[in-house]
Amino acid sequence: MAAKSKRGLIKIDAELCKGCYLCESVCPLNLISISERLNQKGYHPAIYIEEDIGIEEHKCKGCALCAIVCPDIAIEVYRE
Amino acid sequence: MSEKMLLRGSHVYAEAAVRAGCRFYFGYPITPQNELTEYMANALASLPDGVFIQAESELAAINMVIGVSMAGKRAMTSSSSPGISLKQEGISFLSAMELPAVIINTMRGGPGLGNIAASQGDYFQATRGGGHGDYRTIVLAPGSGQEMADLTRAAFEYSDRYRIPVIILGDGMMSQMMEPVEFPDPIDPKSLPPKPWVLDGAKGRPSRVIKSLILDTTAMEEHNWKLFRKYEMIEKEITQAELFLTDDARLVVIAYGTASRIAKGAIKRVRDMGLRVGLLKPKTLWPFPKRFLLEMSRVVTDFLVFEMSTGQMLEDVKLSLEGRRRIHFYGRPGGIISTPDEIAKVINNIYFKEGLETEV
Amino acid sequence: MKKVFGKPKSLKDAVFHYCPGCGHSIIHRLVAEVIDELNIQEKVIGVPPAGCAVLAYDYFDIDIGESPHGRGAAVATGLKRALPDRIVFTYQGDGDIAAIGTAETIHAANRGENITVIFVNNGVYGMTGGQMAPTTIIGQISTTTPGGRNEKRDGAPIDLSEMLALTNGTVYIERTAVDTPKNIIRTKKAIKKAFRVQMAGLGFSLVEVLSPCPTNLKLSPVQANEWIGSTMTNYFPLKVIKDKVGKLGALPHLE
Repeated sequence: MAAKSKRGLIKIDAELCKGCYLCESVCPLNLISISERLNQKGYHPAIYIEEDIGIEEHKCKGCALCAIVCPDIAIEVYRE
Repeated sequence: MSEKMLLRGSHVYAEAAVRAGCRFYFGYPITPQNELTEYMANALASLPDGVFIQAESELAAINMVIGVSMAGKRAMTSSSSPGISLKQEGISFLSAMELPAVIINTMRGGPGLGNIAASQGDYFQATRGGGHGDYRTIVLAPGSGQEMADLTRAAFEYSDRYRIPVIILGDGMMSQMMEPVEFPDPIDPKSLPPKPWVLDGAKGRPSRVIKSLILDTTAMEEHNWKLFRKYEMIEKEITQAELFLTDDARLVVIAYGTASRIAKGAIKRVRDMGLRVGLLKPKTLWPFPKRFLLEMSRVVTDFLVFEMSTGQMLEDVKLSLEGRRRIHFYGRPGGIISTPDEIAKVINNIYFKEGLETEV
Repeated sequence: MKKVFGKPKSLKDAVFHYCPGCGHSIIHRLVAEVIDELNIQEKVIGVPPAGCAVLAYDYFDIDIGESPHGRGAAVATGLKRALPDRIVFTYQGDGDIAAIGTAETIHAANRGENITVIFVNNGVYGMTGGQMAPTTIIGQISTTTPGGRNEKRDGAPIDLSEMLALTNGTVYIERTAVDTPKNIIRTKKAIKKAFRVQMAGLGFSLVEVLSPCPTNLKLSPVQANEWIGSTMTNYFPLKVIKDKVGKLGALPHLE
């Protein structure tokens, strides 16, 4: 039996985000999308779509590709 | 003090620098000061902590000085007129960042490539900042081998004390002359007091930044005035000039460096003829010895500025006197070295044209 | 849950002023991560350029000495010669290093100065508004090449890293990019190796990083990265350009 891969989650600081969407373009599981609201800088920040879901249902594995490409270090990554 | 040594001018600068605890020198070949660079190459190679680099350009050399100065150590570079032009950017940055440095200019004929004979055509460049921006550097003008030694030692001290680049303004003639010189005792650079602002890795303290970029205009204005206040303090504390036979003079020659030596010879000749002439020889060109001039102008009616140029220090004399007395000028640019007789004739003509009294 | 990715210690809390998608902020982070991992925050002195990254002093929590435009290699030479046991690096753009600073860079490399150079190549003069740079590619439009860079008039893009490899004093030169996560990870490895080369006293090391300038390329950040991958790398292929050091083992006395 294959080992169950670890679950992860990310936190995006919406006020640091400059709306470059590199994170959205690299997430292998399409867990990042673009908010409709504007942050204080006037960008539509990226949002983590599993933000409001219980951790047991997270598909995010904490691969951190989003954080690696984020120029503004707006993403923190957590893993089990 | 050392025993008296007979050394060529260029070598005097170098020996004095090493004795002042300078262990970092960056230079580039240019006539007529190569002997300075070569002496440093030898001297620093024989010291365990000596670093000599023949840089790829005078521009690179001044930037290496910036790096060493940021690390808190005494550093020097030298060149001659065209090469000093290349250093102006670096000197502006050193001034803005309040970094110490010693720069020796052995002036030659100019402008452009000019020639390799002695001149005094870089006075404006040295005393008006030289590079961009609102700054000044201390400018020292030796007129003898001994002064080349003394003022080089002083240059390092002033530079560290005031956190300001110091230019020593010599010329091709003095760099080639040999005179007996006594040097002060050597300083071990390790014995110099540590500087609290240097970059040496943020261990046990907050990280530091040494920069000259100040985007906020209010802060930039304050920085400029801060530099200006420093310059006012320097003016009060180190302005120097030598007075030669000025006590009873009716006409005073103003000259520095090689020109002052020629002037002294001329003055001795005309004194023998009964003319009451003296010499004011600035040793700091910046700050300019304005007070000395003003003091003298109470009695002296005529000043003769003699420069090996078309007239640069002349402007500082005019600014200092503000129209109080008659100012005459005699200049020979292009590397011409006047003889004392020639200057004596000039003095004579002015003296009698203005009807000044002689000792009968 | 444990945190596996966050801000490195060697970066201050200041918010980056760089444009959305700019490679500088990524590269700053990588340099800071390397400084943290090598535990050299208290030993390192950085020399930033004139250019967008002139404000690097607001971001790196290390000693920083500003250099006149292009002169970083000469200033770093002075610093390293004065403080041989500290780690000195320059961080320079393509205009800074390969136009105005070419002489200082080549000669510091030729002397084998034991410094590390981070060369950020985004093919344009960013801070001043998008003029042609030494590494602008043929046909690329910039504010001073409105019809595209023309080889006859402007010369071809210059490959400074290859030129430096010809000098004896350089021991490790690699070109990477920050256009994809894989390349970002590769860039960090290269930067770490370059610093370790210095720590081992082996000579001059340089990492050239192809970096996006979306604002002056007039592309979105995602498109700018695609452009790097598809077009810029034709002129500046990603590879190890020179490696005289091989695999660096542990450096117990230094790390």
